[in-house]
Parts: sequence; structure tokens; C-alpha cells
Amino acid sequence: MAEYILESNGEKWEIICGLEIHCQIISKSKIFSGASTEFGVDANENVSFVDVAMPGMLPVLNMECVKQAVKTGLGLNAKINKFSQFSRKNYFYADLPQGYQITQEKHPLIGEGHVSIDLSDGTTKEIGIERIHIEQDTGKSIHDIDPKKSFIDYNRAGVGLMELVTKPDFRSPDEAGAFLRKLRSIVRYLGTCDGNMDEGSMRCDASVSIRKVGETGFRPRCEIKNVNSVKFAMQAIEAEAKRQLEIYEKGESFEQESRQFDPTTCTTKYMRKKEYAHEYRQFPEPDLPPLVLTDEFIEEIKSQLVELPDEKKRRYISQMGLTAYDAMVICENKEVAEFFEEASDGHDAKKVANWLMGDFFAMLNKKGVDINNSPVSAKNLGKLVELISKDIISGKIAKDVFEIMSETGGDPEVIVEEKGLKQVTDTSAIEAIVDEIIANNPDNVASYKAGKNNLLGWFVGQVMKQSQGKANPGVVNKLLRDKLDN
Amino acid sequence: MAVDNEIVKNIAYLSRIKVEQDKLEETKTEFNKILAWVEELNEVNVDNIQPLISVHEDPIVLREDVVTVENSSNDVLANAPQKEFGYFAVPKVVE
Repeated sequence: MAEYILESNGEKWEIICGLEIHCQIISKSKIFSGASTEFGVDANENVSFVDVAMPGMLPVLNMECVKQAVKTGLGLNAKINKFSQFSRKNYFYADLPQGYQITQEKHPLIGEGHVSIDLSDGTTKEIGIERIHIEQDTGKSIHDIDPKKSFIDYNRAGVGLMELVTKPDFRSPDEAGAFLRKLRSIVRYLGTCDGNMDEGSMRCDASVSIRKVGETGFRPRCEIKNVNSVKFAMQAIEAEAKRQLEIYEKGESFEQESRQFDPTTCTTKYMRKKEYAHEYRQFPEPDLPPLVLTDEFIEEIKSQLVELPDEKKRRYISQMGLTAYDAMVICENKEVAEFFEEASDGHDAKKVANWLMGDFFAMLNKKGVDINNSPVSAKNLGKLVELISKDIISGKIAKDVFEIMSETGGDPEVIVEEKGLKQVTDTSAIEAIVDEIIANNPDNVASYKAGKNNLLGWFVGQVMKQSQGKANPGVVNKLLRDKLDN
Repeated sequence: MAVDNEIVKNIAYLSRIKVEQDKLEETKTEFNKILAWVEELNEVNVDNIQPLISVHEDPIVLREDVVTVENSSNDVLANAPQKEFGYFAVPKVVE
């Protein structure tokens, strides 16, 4: 990957960036209570007395949340800590009824791991994971209904979160974007988080600093909070790096602080001074004993792991003959990969991939539907490719058939049969057309024989037209050459 | 570590407890007394002893992922000092 370098007064600067990502865990009930995690219901309908910290209520850990986090850790090649411990992070805010968040400070459930990201030039880079711990989400505050009051909905309070911290391994906005896409792809494959950044089920903070190329150690960094799309994350990192560079250019410095990204101006703005870690006065959670996992528990989860995008990509390239780029695009989205595998089952995978990447995606885009609602089913796309492979229809006719399929959802075999689109490979039928065309165009025949070889294409076109596209182009070519060259 | 009035003020702020100006000295003295008492623990030799993380001897109990609470609005809002449209209404809090 080309280096991403900022230049100023003849000096070169590089970006140092790390990400902190909160992923909502997919589970039926909350991490410490039996309240439902379902969204879209009326305010405070999914709230237990534990979630609003009524006196005497105690947290009981949801086994599913632990499994989901372990599964995620395994998917990110990370160390699973058989011993982990919850802690209290103390702060006051209306969306946190307990006055503290139950999280894991010193002993996270998941330790170091690594993820391979796919860069736009086709290369990959390893990004280190520092840790993943599990914790509670907070409630939601609404400030714009009443001028003097804030309204609080605790439906989200207590939903399980995985907080993932990366190493400061990103050297460009593109790398951070590629990581977010990869992480989203992996958690969706695993079914541990739905990965929807725009709905807040995956939320990203980016820590950004810059330094002169060749410099060792780190300069002060700023954390950009709650960036809610991959694109915004990339823009925010770029904007923040440029802001810091401008400060250094003036010979000034800045303090570590939290900032907010404003997508309308593409700039970051001051939010608050970085809280000192000890202000949270973390201490071990007295209501929960340490979480101790057995090898059997971890092995059981390992045995349920699905094939992840990287393995799939390798298999598509080595066994199915796809290009690295096609394999990457198809594997990024689990639904697309499943569709591809169903469509290519028993058929030419490379050709299916070409159709998928070309006409098929174009059709989905045009119709504005996602792959799950495609009018063309995976089976029918596979059948269409088979019809071409077996020379039953030409590639050109296939496009017309595909057009009909995308309107009617029909079976290509039936469409070809009903519309009489089968390719004519019967030499005598084609020969009759060829003879007719040659007889009716003596001038062009003369020109061809005089050396205008490119007229052959014109003759092929005429024959194809006459046959309404059904003549086999290979047979047409051979017959024309035989007749014109002799 | 000796506690001064600034530390008392900060701890009071973090805990959202109001400590009047004329109580600062008294609170500071109390804090320092408590700390001095706890300091006595430093006399114990803890070389080669792992920090105690939990006094629970029993292993953690995990719950099955089952929903036991739904349609909770009336129950959780029953004691709310102020409620509107099914929300808890609180004095405006904007960071």
C-alpha cells in the first residue's frame, strides 16, 4: 500500500491511529438481567429493576454474552482469558442509573489478537488487537423534546457490549476504514453483532496523533468520539491529522482531549478534556465473582465456528479460480457469499462470479434492493450460466434472458424454451443464412476478398441479426471463413 | 498521601455530594484520619501474595439467555418523580 504521508515545509509526517469499537452483542436478553434486548419498542418497555438499579437488585451474568464474546475473540485470532474479572467504572450521568458501569478493567475476557485487512491495491496488512472486554450499554437521553427537561429511555441500558481496542497500527484513513469493514464482516459472519454503524450497534472512537517520519515515541493524541460510519471515520482521522499538523506548523502544541467530528464541515471540534483514568475510580465489582472458563467451554465454541471471510477468500481463489479482488468483494458480505456458493454449485464458479460482479450487482443497484430480495434467485443465476456453458444460448442472448429474469423472477430454462431463444448450432440452418447474406452483398464480398479483412465482423453481425441472435457465433465464424476465404 | 481541601472538593464533586465550605476542614481531617488508619495495613508483609480480587469463594453463576422482563414501563416508572410519554423526565443534562 502506498504510504500515506502529510507534507509540510519539506518535512514528512505520518499518522498514528488506533480504534476503540463498541459492538452490541446479539443476545435475547441483557448482559446482567432478563430484560429483552429488542429494539423499536416503546420507551422503557424492556427494562428490569436491575437495569434501573433498584435497591437490592443484583446482576447475574448472561452465558450467551460470554459465548458471543469468546466466539468473537476466536474469530479475531485472539487469546481467550480463562480468568477475567468485572469492575465498576464510576461516573454520574442520567443514562446510567447505577452511577457506575459494570465493565472489565484489569482482567478483560479477551486478550491480544490480530486481523488481516484488505487494502485497495489488493495487498493485506495485519492489525493488532489489544483486548476485548464485555460491559453494559447505557440508556438513551433525548434532549430536544422539552426545553428544560431531558427524557430518558432505559431500553438500551444493560444491553451487552464488547469493547474492542486495537493497537495503534493504522497509518492511514484507508487502513482504518478497511479494518472497520473487516470487523463488521467478521462479526456478521459470526452472528455476534449486527454491525450496523448507522443504527449505533457498532460505534467507533478514533485515537489520532501524528509524528515526523523517523521520529520514535508518540506525540499527544486526540480521541474523536462516536463516529457512526466507515466513511466518517476515515474523514475524521484525515481532518484531525491535518488540524494537528497546522498546530505544529505554527510552532504551537495541544493537550490530549476528546473531540467530535462534524460531517457537514468535515472538521473535528473540541468536546471535553480527556478524563483522567483515575477519575473513574475503578475497583473490582463486588457483586460478581471472577469469570472462570474451562477448556471444554472454549473448545465447544471453537467447534461451532463458521468459515470466516479470509478462509473463504483463500478457498475461492485457490479452488474456484476467482481473482483476489472478486473473492474479496464476494466474501465481505455473508449473504453475498452464500448467494454465490448456491449459484455456483455445480456450475462454472468463475463465470458465476463474473455475472454476480457485473450484471447482477448492477441490477440490484438499479432496483435499489438488497441481495436477500433479489428477483433473480441464486439457483436461476446458476442455471443461466449453465445454459451459456453448454452453448444452449449465446452470451448476448443471456443478457436478454437475464433482463427478463430480473423483471419476472422466472427460470431461465423456461424463458429460453418459451421464447425460442435456443442457439442454432445446426450447421445447415446457419449455412442457409450465410449463403443468403453472401449472395445479397456482392460489393462487400468483393471488398473482403480484396483484403478488407475487418469486414468479417460485419458479415457475422448480419448473420446474427438474421438469426435473431440465435446462431452460434463459433459456427457462423467458421462457415463465413470457409466460404469467403475460398 | 495527605488529603488537602482541593482533593476533598474534587471527591465531593465526583460523588455529587454537597460539602459546604465550612465543612471542608473537618472532612479533610476525617479523610486523613481514615487514610492513616488504613496505612497500618502497609505493615503487613504481602511479598509473593496475589492481590485478592473477590471474597466470593463460589464460582460465578451464569444465566441462560432467556427473556423474563417485557412490557415493563408501568413497573419501572411507578416511583419516578417525573415521567412523560413513557420516559423518565429529569432536569436537562447536556454535555
